[in-house]
Amino acid sequence: MKIVVCVKQVPDTKGGVKFNPDGTLNRAAMLTIMNPDDKAGLEAALRLKEQYGAEVTVVTMGLPKADEVLREAMAMGADKGVLVTDRVLGGADTWATSTTIAGAIRNLEYDLIITGRQAIDGDTAQVGPQISEHLDIPVISYAQDIKIDGDYVIVQRQYEDRYHELKAKMPCLITALSELNEPRYMTPGGIFDAYDKEVTVWGRADLKDVDDSNIGLNGSPTKIAKASDKVRKGAGEKIVAQDAEEGVSYIMGKLKEKHVI
Amino acid sequence: MGLEEYKGVFVFAQQVDNVLDGVAFELLGKGKDLAKDLNTEVTAVLIGSGVKGLADQLAEYGADKVIVVDDPELKDYRTEPYTHALASVINTFKPEIMLVGATAIGRDLGPRVSARVETGLTADCTVLEIGDFPLNPVPGKENEQKHNQLLMTRPAFGGNTIATIACPDNRPQMATVRPGVMQKIEPNKGAKANVEEYNPGFTPNNKYVEILNIVKAVKNTENIMEAKILVSGGRGVGSAENFKILQDLADVLGATVSCSRAVVENGWKPVDVQVGQTGKTVRPNVYFAIGISGAIQHVAGMEESDIIIAINKDEDAPIFDVADYGIVGDLNKIVPALTTALKAELG
Repeated sequence: MKIVVCVKQVPDTKGGVKFNPDGTLNRAAMLTIMNPDDKAGLEAALRLKEQYGAEVTVVTMGLPKADEVLREAMAMGADKGVLVTDRVLGGADTWATSTTIAGAIRNLEYDLIITGRQAIDGDTAQVGPQISEHLDIPVISYAQDIKIDGDYVIVQRQYEDRYHELKAKMPCLITALSELNEPRYMTPGGIFDAYDKEVTVWGRADLKDVDDSNIGLNGSPTKIAKASDKVRKGAGEKIVAQDAEEGVSYIMGKLKEKHVI
Repeated sequence: MGLEEYKGVFVFAQQVDNVLDGVAFELLGKGKDLAKDLNTEVTAVLIGSGVKGLADQLAEYGADKVIVVDDPELKDYRTEPYTHALASVINTFKPEIMLVGATAIGRDLGPRVSARVETGLTADCTVLEIGDFPLNPVPGKENEQKHNQLLMTRPAFGGNTIATIACPDNRPQMATVRPGVMQKIEPNKGAKANVEEYNPGFTPNNKYVEILNIVKAVKNTENIMEAKILVSGGRGVGSAENFKILQDLADVLGATVSCSRAVVENGWKPVDVQVGQTGKTVRPNVYFAIGISGAIQHVAGMEESDIIIAINKDEDAPIFDVADYGIVGDLNKIVPALTTALKAELG
């Protein structure tokens, strides 16, 4: 079985958000990580590899620096890495990103494609399903459990108040939730090996069946009209309660003042 | 494509088990505003099996017209037949705007449909309005500025940035819209919909998946998005058992208990009561944040609450940056004492 896992290098927004003195995001000061949902997708692929035997190829699109997430993925156990990078691909929205990644994946053999549900920088959850549409294969989003049964994949697909157990014929694309599993750590030997393995680098010319009108900033149907750092409501009052009584009388006072009680 | 051919505001009226989702009514409320600005109508697209009876309810909430796609293949949500249904409606009726709720269904259906009809899609919008693109005319290119565009505003970067996005050259302009943000209208009782039935034909292919089993979660009868008061707990509560003190407080206030993502990850509470970027967006009258540090992803889901009261032992917890009233102290002492005081006050 051949599994392609799509990963994205993202700034770490969780707990590590840094601001410039003028209140704008200081992206340069923030660490980059492998997007958490993608890492869960990779872990799922590695478990399928252990259970059923598989070759796992990780694909990323980004700046040359995104090589780092491929090395991390290979240190965790992925077999091959593909970096899709080219100036003309920059500024892509989800449509142009998905056409680009689909163009790269057309060069690969695959039974299963796994992406994360969404990336923590854009939070769109759109690229996975859009890739599947471009490749004309079924998609199962929000996977919380993945099993293989011959030529079929059996997936628990999460909804707000239920899950569906779905059976799809491979090839198929699955988007993974970070709740799916606890990703493994890189091993020292794995890290060593990861830098010996080769990362394939593809540019625009290597994308298969992709029109120029569907890539990069110019190929993006959605355009940014305005972007700003969010103006948050300022902090209100704060007291340090020496004991429970003080805290309680403060809250009771406010609840009465605001006619909550 | 001739963009001017595309007319009207369409709303995907999500239903599950023949019950309309609240987000369908919210989208109709917003769709009505947009349609007014564009001098056009709002159409609900109702997709399912045996769902025609829901059409009048959509009319009561503002739909001028309802397009019903009714087919046995559409009984339970599956990506492919629903994508085929909605994409066919779009290709046939050519709306200028297509809104879909950013639910677990909509965030699967929206991208797949947008890719099929080859248009842009803006995810998880919190503000929609009609305006110009670019916002200000480019000097010397004033006649290239487009009017009556859908401007879609959404948070990104875990809620740290906010972007306004347009889709000037493709139709329809598509957005998924975060549930709980748009206002539904007061239903107009007795309103009748102008119903049009449409069936593009459904032939199973390799993309049709099989549903082996549907497992419903133990129904949590309380919907945190409807609650007027939420008593929300975080990692600081310490254990599933200790949520009892939050439940006691909620009971005396007639409130509902919710939680942060850390609590769900620890298995203390189910995901359907999770507030935040990956959970639900809530805006109750009062939000108690108890033992919640206030990660940006959590704040994004509750900062619109009218009054935020935070209790945390860490004086520097970021939750205090958004709280109207912050109490630095031990939740294990303050919460039970508050419950006792409220009991005495409220009888």
